[in-house]
Amino acid sequence: MEYEFHWIIVFQKLPQLLNGAFVTLHVSVLSMLIGITIAVLLAIMKMSKARIVSLPATLWVEIARNTPALFQIYMAYFGLGAFGIHLSPYAAVLSALVFVNAGYLTETFRGGFQAIPKTQYSASKSLGMNSVQIYRYIILPQMFRRIYHPMTNQFVWSILMSSLGILVGMDELSGETQRLQSLSFRTLEFFIVAAVMYFLITKLVLFSAALIARRVFRGDL
Amino acid sequence: MGNSFFTPLSWNDTGFILTGVLNTVTISLVAIIVGTLLGLAVGFIRAEANRFTNILLGGVLDALRSVPLIIQLILFSTYVGAIGHPLDPFVTGSIVLSLYSMAFMSEVFRGGFESVHHSMATAARSLGMSYWQTVAYIRLPIGLRAVFPSWLGVALSVIKDSALVSVIGYMELLRTSEQLISRTQQPLEILIGVGLFYFIVSYPLSLYGRYIERKMAI
Repeated sequence: MEYEFHWIIVFQKLPQLLNGAFVTLHVSVLSMLIGITIAVLLAIMKMSKARIVSLPATLWVEIARNTPALFQIYMAYFGLGAFGIHLSPYAAVLSALVFVNAGYLTETFRGGFQAIPKTQYSASKSLGMNSVQIYRYIILPQMFRRIYHPMTNQFVWSILMSSLGILVGMDELSGETQRLQSLSFRTLEFFIVAAVMYFLITKLVLFSAALIARRVFRGDL
Repeated sequence: MGNSFFTPLSWNDTGFILTGVLNTVTISLVAIIVGTLLGLAVGFIRAEANRFTNILLGGVLDALRSVPLIIQLILFSTYVGAIGHPLDPFVTGSIVLSLYSMAFMSEVFRGGFESVHHSMATAARSLGMSYWQTVAYIRLPIGLRAVFPSWLGVALSVIKDSALVSVIGYMELLRTSEQLISRTQQPLEILIGVGLFYFIVSYPLSLYGRYIERKMAI
């Protein structure tokens, strides 16, 4: 049996799909920003010698890394209902992505921090730098260089995983595609266009990240 | 009480849950094994092939990695349905998940093959080994050892990603739990159980991977 493609319906709905793509980007960017903030805190907690401080951070990291993202979204969407917390699909997907991003980035940040030899602190100190200067000019630039690529990868991962919003009825690219195809039953066409859009979005993100890296790190990466 | 629509979780549900567990394990194993074998072949080709083949092959693999798995699953199962050859959800899921893991594993193995220095293969050839002997006895064992932790990482992510096969109707663990939730209205207990299962499988393996990585670093 041959399948006949009908593309016109899809192109008529392109504005809605682009809206969905915008929501996808929106939720991923937000999940990264909040995730980074939490990850910095968790990384500091994890490096603490007091177990009572490091244990919650370790638990967060291990749960985030060792359970499926879909499970986390279900937990946020259905599970929290048991505590009387009812999140919207957007909030559920956002909080699940934040949870995972924070978990993965904690390890990235900790690795980046520990990769810088302790001797650099003493060297900077002996040059007469105070601790703000040491971090501003010596430690953080090197750290940023090390965590930049893992961070872009995490961002791409967030974009791809936000597609799970389809399962809780969110209006990001996949959910929007699902809704639109159910009106016309051109399932294949709609999802092909969605796939192309995801591909273009991730390529655009990686391309911009490479451009930024070239400007910021001036080639020595 | 007084609500006849919902019946609480009971021991009778054990069989149902176990089917879900078994299905998750089965499809993960299939995808990991097929993905590893294909990834090994593709990774080897990519390490050996010329620029042109690499760009072509790289493009396909890139597409597999840049489109969300859930979209790939829906696309493939809709496609086989549309051309009149609908497949069993297990078969559809296995094919898509295997190709998806192949895309990641081929990069891992390619890195492994390329980590073995040329001079080693040259030395082996000068000892009278044939090309394929060099591959089988020198490049493969050394290269594979180097990338074992990364391979394990991909395998673990395949286990977690197998949860997505529920969208096309395969009764893996998360889908069985979803059905139980809609019957029992006890989302928290059921979801915590599901999360624990994944955690118990994944956590020891990820610890082992980190241990090996540390050991190799020294």
